[in-house]
Amino acid sequence: MNLYDYIFYLFALLTVVSALVVVTSKNIVHAAFSLMFTLFGISGLYVLLGADFIAVVQIIVYIGGILILLLFGVMLTNKITNVEIKTGTIKTIPMAIITGVFGALLISIMYGTKWSSAPPDNMPSTLQILGNTLLTEYVLIFELLGMLLLVALIGAASIARRGRE
Amino acid sequence: MLEVGLNHFLIISAILFSLGIYGIVSRKNAIMVLMGVELLLNASNINFVAFARYGNLGIDGQIYALFVIILAAAEAAIALAIVLNIYKTFSNVNIDEIDNLKE
Repeated sequence: MNLYDYIFYLFALLTVVSALVVVTSKNIVHAAFSLMFTLFGISGLYVLLGADFIAVVQIIVYIGGILILLLFGVMLTNKITNVEIKTGTIKTIPMAIITGVFGALLISIMYGTKWSSAPPDNMPSTLQILGNTLLTEYVLIFELLGMLLLVALIGAASIARRGRE
Repeated sequence: MLEVGLNHFLIISAILFSLGIYGIVSRKNAIMVLMGVELLLNASNINFVAFARYGNLGIDGQIYALFVIILAAAEAAIALAIVLNIYKTFSNVNIDEIDNLKE
């Protein structure tokens, strides 16, 4: 085991433990904050996989955007009379058993399959090649996603303001 | 075994995926369900990036991971707008109590 492996296990532990807190905590604000640690741990995993740009985008978009949006949602949809903002649960134990079996199946498949994994080479910065590929080979999808974001922005604003003319 | 390879990343992603499904099916609050969906999207993203690195497939996996992140942002914005509307209509966001399409 070298340093890479230790860092991997650190980030893996951070990700899995805080994801466990996200789905088991009854307090929504606690869940949202531990989702932040999950997303940060995943970003660390991206760095270990040599995807530097994806890691930065993960931090900017997920932690800086989506998580804040979720927290706004929590704050706007609860009558804040006390600090505790709880969520109800449905059929926790049967669902835990079913998803546990599903997860064990998935892990055994992932572990048992002989993936044809090429030995990892050195990790160059992906920024230049990512930009080139995005604006040549994938330019149509890139533009369509730009349109999609615009439509989603206008749609979200118009849905959220409906009935308040 | 302890040496980190492709399998380790796939197992982390499998764990995150099943935790996300558990979050979706067992929580009542719509925003908690959204957090479960985010976990699922992140699990698939880890798979994309891991195969892009170990599968010798070039940069395509990372580009798809980028697209998934963009779609997740759009999805979160629309979903929260819908949740706010639901809260305005029903004054709660428990998805098991919201069972009619109009007031």
